[in-house]
Amino acid sequence: MVKQSYFTILSQRQLTSAMYEMVLEGDTSALAAPGQFVNLKLEGFYLRRPISVCTYDSKTMTLLYKVVGKGTAYMATLPAGTKLDILTGLGNGYDTSLSGDRPILCGGGAGVPPMYELAKVLIAEGKHPAVLLGFNTKEEIFYEEEFKALGADVYVATADGSYGTKGFVTHLLDLVKGYTYSYSCGPEPMLKAVYDATNTSGQFSFEERMGCGFGACMGCSCKTKYGNKRICKDGPVLAKEEIIW
Amino acid sequence: MVNTKVQLSSLTLDNPVIPASGTFGFGYEFAELYDINVLGSFSFKGTTKEPRFGNPTPRIAECPEGLINSVGLQNPGIHAVIAEELPKLAKCFHKPVIANISGFSVDEYAYCCELIDKEPQVGLIEVNVSCPNVHNGGMAFGTDAVAAAEVTRAVKAVTTKPVYIKLSPNVTDIVSIAKACEEAGADGISMINTLLGMRIDLNRKKPIIANKMGGFSGPAIFPVALRMVYQVYEAVNIPIIGMGGVSSADDVIEMMLAGATAVQVGAANLIDPFAAKKIVEDLPRAMEQYHISSLKDIIGGAH
Repeated sequence: MVKQSYFTILSQRQLTSAMYEMVLEGDTSALAAPGQFVNLKLEGFYLRRPISVCTYDSKTMTLLYKVVGKGTAYMATLPAGTKLDILTGLGNGYDTSLSGDRPILCGGGAGVPPMYELAKVLIAEGKHPAVLLGFNTKEEIFYEEEFKALGADVYVATADGSYGTKGFVTHLLDLVKGYTYSYSCGPEPMLKAVYDATNTSGQFSFEERMGCGFGACMGCSCKTKYGNKRICKDGPVLAKEEIIW
Repeated sequence: MVNTKVQLSSLTLDNPVIPASGTFGFGYEFAELYDINVLGSFSFKGTTKEPRFGNPTPRIAECPEGLINSVGLQNPGIHAVIAEELPKLAKCFHKPVIANISGFSVDEYAYCCELIDKEPQVGLIEVNVSCPNVHNGGMAFGTDAVAAAEVTRAVKAVTTKPVYIKLSPNVTDIVSIAKACEEAGADGISMINTLLGMRIDLNRKKPIIANKMGGFSGPAIFPVALRMVYQVYEAVNIPIIGMGGVSSADDVIEMMLAGATAVQVGAANLIDPFAAKKIVEDLPRAMEQYHISSLKDIIGGAH
């Protein structure tokens, strides 16, 4: 259920040359599942900025975001104490009930953040997730230690081989024996590669340019085997069985 | 106590605030957020004879004080709207709804309007001859006075409810098209649809929108919409539903002073799902501020 409320920035931290971590305080009661997103109103920008939720508790929410344009560049300049109008509780999020005991969590680049809350929830449910993270270079890696601190098995690949396994997250699959399910978020070529390389069912989080972020404008529609869906409201997470590439 | 009631042909609205087609779906999803019966009415998602997926994505581009959309009339088709969407709406909305109908031929407009006219939930039919996002239809009918009149006559011949023609601003002379619709029997004019616009991605050096162009809406177009409503009000004797960038109770009053009997809120719903409700709630305050006791008395007041 969509909720509109004001959050206050508690802290901002630069993680890599393009990734930032923003911690906010406010009403997180509308957040219901890992993999959901929020939509931030920024002064001087007409459309809100949809950002996935990295983690949250009863009072705070952490967003990791990549500076990709003027809006996110402006976000990165906001000091602690800034109040932001935010819509929370957007999107379906991941369903952890289907994971089995040993799910793999595949995150690529800016798609890594929602995997953090997902790993946290799965571990709290007594499961043993393996987290497979893909980045372009060693310099772009973030949150590796944070994932390890949750108690997850963490494997890292870099496209240029400057850290961990050389290649993509799919090159890490052989390192995880007997995985039971897959959860993915990242660029579409990565999602497709995981889709093809895994022999289990899974859930994939998609990205699209959005107008409203809550299902009203039909700006982010896609076709699935079960009919047309809105990435913002019926997604962003789609089941493997319904995806049409 | 202020009076916000207005009269759109046979339809009495508790207030003039109407979420615009394409920004409010079929209403029931907004009813999960607030009681949508506080609205004057709303105009449902543009509906065609056949189901449509619409245009490829990206369909949205941001602009200063607005956005461009190129959704392309995604809708489940008139039969599914009647069989599935209207029953869902009936559970949460107890006022007459405005049916927004689009088409690709005069026959298609008439076919859909005749069907929707029979639905008791529908209080008024808004005929969209101005969608900029589909080829061989939509806006082609709204940019030509003869074609707009032809659609109007065809729809009027098969309907009993008030028929409002939704006009495109992408014309040299919107007044002549409004007059042609009036002469063809239109009960009212709904205006304006979006302005044809475009953005280019500087990194890719290509249009942001997959369909290259789309409809520009938002506060940036409010002065253009207001001017057109003002001009059409001078030329016709039928009610006008004014829209284009309306985002506040003040905007509603300004649009009514230009000549609108009721006012639609579009892009604002996409930025704030509670926008239309907030405007309704703020209207009495704005009316008191501007010394207005009855909204219907200010229609066209700026002339």
